[in-house]
Amino acid sequence: MSPARQQLQITAASPDPALLDLPWHIPLEHWPAEMLAALPRGISRHIVRFARLSGRVIAIKEIGETVAYREYELLRQLRRLDVPSVEPVGVITGRRSPEGEPLEAVLITQHLQFSLPYRSLFSQSLRPDTATRLIDALAVLLVRLHLVGFYWGDVSLSNTLFRRDAETFAAYLVDAETGDLHERLSVGQRGYDLEVARVNIIGELMDLQAGQFLEEDVDAVAIGDALAERYADLWRALTEVESFGFGDRWRVKARIDRLNDLGFDVGELDITSDLDGTSVRIQPKVVESGHHSRRLMRLTGLDVEENQARRLLNDLDEYRAATDRQAEDESFVAHDWLTEVFEPAVRRVPRELRGKLEPAQIFHELLDHRWFMSEQQNRDVPMKEAAKSYVKHILPNRPDEEAILGLQPGDLRDTVPIPRITDEIASPDES
Amino acid sequence: MATVTFDHATRVYPGTERPAVDALNLHIEDGEFLVLVGPSGCGKSTSLRMLAGLEDVNAGRILIGDRDVTDVQPKDRDIAMVFQNYALYPHMTVADNMGFALKIAGTPKSEIRQRVEEAAQILDLSQYLDRKPKALSGGQRQRVAMGRAIVRQPQVFLMDEPLSNLDAKLRVQTRTQIASLQRRLGVTTVYVTHDQTEALTMGDRIAVLKDGILQQVGTPRDMYDTPANVFVAGFIGSPAMNIGTFPVLDGYANLGRARVPMARDVLGTLEPDDKNHITVGFRPESLDVVEATTPEAIPVIVNIVEELGSDAFVYGSLTNEFGHADAVHSGAGDAQIIVRVDPRQVPGKGETIWVRIRAGELHLFHAGSGERIG
Repeated sequence: MSPARQQLQITAASPDPALLDLPWHIPLEHWPAEMLAALPRGISRHIVRFARLSGRVIAIKEIGETVAYREYELLRQLRRLDVPSVEPVGVITGRRSPEGEPLEAVLITQHLQFSLPYRSLFSQSLRPDTATRLIDALAVLLVRLHLVGFYWGDVSLSNTLFRRDAETFAAYLVDAETGDLHERLSVGQRGYDLEVARVNIIGELMDLQAGQFLEEDVDAVAIGDALAERYADLWRALTEVESFGFGDRWRVKARIDRLNDLGFDVGELDITSDLDGTSVRIQPKVVESGHHSRRLMRLTGLDVEENQARRLLNDLDEYRAATDRQAEDESFVAHDWLTEVFEPAVRRVPRELRGKLEPAQIFHELLDHRWFMSEQQNRDVPMKEAAKSYVKHILPNRPDEEAILGLQPGDLRDTVPIPRITDEIASPDES
Repeated sequence: MATVTFDHATRVYPGTERPAVDALNLHIEDGEFLVLVGPSGCGKSTSLRMLAGLEDVNAGRILIGDRDVTDVQPKDRDIAMVFQNYALYPHMTVADNMGFALKIAGTPKSEIRQRVEEAAQILDLSQYLDRKPKALSGGQRQRVAMGRAIVRQPQVFLMDEPLSNLDAKLRVQTRTQIASLQRRLGVTTVYVTHDQTEALTMGDRIAVLKDGILQQVGTPRDMYDTPANVFVAGFIGSPAMNIGTFPVLDGYANLGRARVPMARDVLGTLEPDDKNHITVGFRPESLDVVEATTPEAIPVIVNIVEELGSDAFVYGSLTNEFGHADAVHSGAGDAQIIVRVDPRQVPGKGETIWVRIRAGELHLFHAGSGERIG
């Protein structure tokens, strides 16, 4: 069968000619298995498939033409606004079957490497804090979206992907179909988004319970409610007006430090004093997330998640103290840390194990492992030794997370408790 | 169930001067299916979102029943946005998929079951309640999603272009289903679409908006038979009405070789800014194909014939014999008119046919303001 009768129209920022080789004349549902990167699972509103293209994995979604262009444009805008979201590749319209039957348009996005669908993170033995950490990540994402004026319309765990971020997760928006960008969101829009999120999350958890992937006694409603609380706390911390007496001006710095600690930079802070000058009001006007990841990027060029950056920066600080170089320019020290500590450690991971985790996440686990070994053996274990042990005993047991697609719950275990270390090292407590 | 009232409701987006919705006054009866329709940017979705509580109301009020909800949070308005998200949960039964929101709200089990069973009956899903969504057809899944909203028993259903992401076939099916379901449930419904066919086929009444201003509200028949202005005349009806603006001379609208007599009371209403012109509209089905020799017949050169079986439409151009050909426009474009012809006597492409406007089927509008005359 030849797709000769199609008049494909490809809209893409940087079109990949290999796109033309995919069988657009066949409805996505019937694409031959050898074209696909994974088999579809579960029920979604649209037909979605993953395929390999020029050495990467793309997600293809069949969707109405206008909606496809709209979502493509929205995802591009979100990328420009620096909100964690999937990268749009393009829209293809004008598909026809060999019989001349018109086929639906498709929206193509780049698969987010090392991302995990929430279903893959849940298993019979869900650690309570895994749910909490996912909810925390989603709350941060929702706050960030709302700060830039994005109304999501369908917040859910299914419409989000998670990436490991040190001991936490970072959440990415996957589906912008119901979304809208506004100058500023109304209280009603934020409230509704949050309510939809709450109901969807509870529904998704109840579904996992119905499928016996999650224990009955996990309180789905409490987890959903936790999102609303976490969101409200964060929103308040980032936007609320704070008043204090003229003498308490240290509170300006304290507020900025607190926001930095939450991972946000303050781009603009409104400071007003009343007429008689006895009290001062401050309110952050522009806050930007990524305080630590930006700093690490500036010092080392490494582009990593926020909490990974926090962990790496701590190690950099330790290195600086240990090498007694506090007086030196930070960027010189950072360069040496990168070449003497970070890169050699990451390079110790054999090529075949590199699909397990991102380098920054590996480094984070390595630091954990070294700490763990040091405590076991009551001595400072050198990085080289820790890395050797980690690569031998821990990493091989981890699943490949570079491209986890369409998994069922339980296919992948949450790996936060560092797997048991075998007898070569003194037997640790099981966590 | 309840009425819905927009009382001078206005929305101005920050940084813009022109209101997105300008002093909207609209009263929707209890149990009514009202469709908000208009081109993109007309304010229809904004109006719906104001009712939902997603957009601030800068002036005026919104009431559901007698309750002023202008400053009430969306979740406390007792409304349901239908089809906002209709992904079904694969491991839950159809009954659980429909009732889980009630479970979250702490509704007693027996009541949930009862409400789900009632909804299932209306939706023809009773025998599927204990199955998983996987076992259902596409249309049945849609109905389960609808059931989710129904079991909540809200005062008002809101639907914002709910069919826009369905393929053409499913769209027509779902359109009919929603309309008949709404009539059976009798829940007040506000429905937004840009598609006038959807509006005509679904609504008890239609409200047409343009540039944030309500143009006309009425039954589909009202809108079709007596459009209040040139915009509504051109927007409602498919194919669209033929509309042209012509000089008035000696009591006639001069359509080139053709002349259409104007009643005395019509002539009396002309205003200075009409500049002695009148806007004339006639639907494709208001034209008779006549002999070339018939007085006042208008020649039309056939460009395309669209045959639909029961009907056939000629898309044709006017010659300058017809006054200023470019004074007329239709759904087919400027200087083009659309004529419904006998599907058994279809002219060929390139031929010229002669047509005459049927007496009494003219729509007259002020050339200046565009408002309907009479």
